Amino acid sequence: MSINRRQFLRRVGLVSALGLGGSFVITSLRGKKVEAASSVAEYETSKDALVAKHWAMVVDMSKFKTEEDFKKVVDSCVSIHNIPDIGNLKDEIKWIWEDDYEHTFSGGENEYLTESFKKLPFAVICNHCENPPCVKACPTGATFKRPDGIVDMDYHRCIGCRFCMGACPYGARSFNWRDPRPFIKKIDPDFPTRTQGVVEKCTFCVERLADGVMPACVEASNGGLIFGDLDDPNSEVRKIISTKYTIRRKVELGTQPSVYYLIGGGNNA
Amino acid sequence: MYKGGRIIASLIIFVAFLTFPFFYNMGKANAGPVNLTANIQKIANTQCVEPAEFMRANHMQLLNQWRNAYVRDGQTVYTNSQGEKFNIDLSTCIKCHSTGTESNPVGTINPATNPVGVSNPALNTSDQFCISCHNYVSVKPTCWSCHSETGGATK
Repeated sequence: MSINRRQFLRRVGLVSALGLGGSFVITSLRGKKVEAASSVAEYETSKDALVAKHWAMVVDMSKFKTEEDFKKVVDSCVSIHNIPDIGNLKDEIKWIWEDDYEHTFSGGENEYLTESFKKLPFAVICNHCENPPCVKACPTGATFKRPDGIVDMDYHRCIGCRFCMGACPYGARSFNWRDPRPFIKKIDPDFPTRTQGVVEKCTFCVERLADGVMPACVEASNGGLIFGDLDDPNSEVRKIISTKYTIRRKVELGTQPSVYYLIGGGNNA
Repeated sequence: MYKGGRIIASLIIFVAFLTFPFFYNMGKANAGPVNLTANIQKIANTQCVEPAEFMRANHMQLLNQWRNAYVRDGQTVYTNSQGEKFNIDLSTCIKCHSTGTESNPVGTINPATNPVGVSNPALNTSDQFCISCHNYVSVKPTCWSCHSETGGATK
């Protein structure tokens, strides 16, 4: 019952052809089952959703003067986005916060700016840049720019490499060095928390825009934050930006921030 | 056979060692979902987002599609094969499939791994959601490390 080399090779070839062919048949059958339902099913945006070509925000400096002005805006964000308060600067998570001149506008400033301007507190958030360096740096596509100009995060894809944090010139991104859940005052079950090892930041409340409501900070700001479509000549943000004096953070870097600071919005600022 | 006794004895020891996990876990780890057939029959005619047959085979693929549509494309409404519309949201699933207990505080409920989860018969057609099958096949989805069950403890 001995076989020669030729017979052996022939049989080996036959068996491997059967095996390979069979696996192709099986995978194609399994694949079809998924497609069957998904080909008829459709995805669409909600009818209530607020849409724009380029979302932008104006920060009216005249409305941000006291601690209370900042606190109500920050708190509105913290409570709905399950942002933890870890209690030390290294682990701090922030989406919108108060910062001083040194950390916000320093760099390309006029040499003899008024001293009073340099002492103002500034409300800062992610600038949702038109040329976001964080998106270029992200190796997994976890952070991405939506067609409406919002730079969004997909935590599912974040591997925690923190390249985006290095790339962002505004320090708008925070890393979860530890599990944030124990540090969240009250978990809002309608919004996911994050896990240890992902980067997070302001998303211009995409989940609220999808439901047809303005971002939480805009609602809480009492007119201090104005939000709208920069591409629409009739929107409030566009009117302010084209008629009044506004500045943006670190324009010299070419990132084209979508957050504008309105100077002298009230009687004086 | 040269030194046959030793070889055979070593082979027996080797095979015993190799198959030890199977014998050790016999009847333990592979205790399958309880009353799975009965429960499947109970929900056999109820409609999930898609027909039960499809969901049973493809729920994870569908969840992946939902996630990409919602997070990356901003599309928050799903129209199923029968033309019915659903909000893309885990709470759409949890409305029917829930194993939360009242004693669990918000955010720590994990229908996928919580073994003491008791179903709410008013909301739930099957108390076999997630946990029993996923434990059986040793699959541990990480959804609940970020997402909370809607309504949490009050539900």
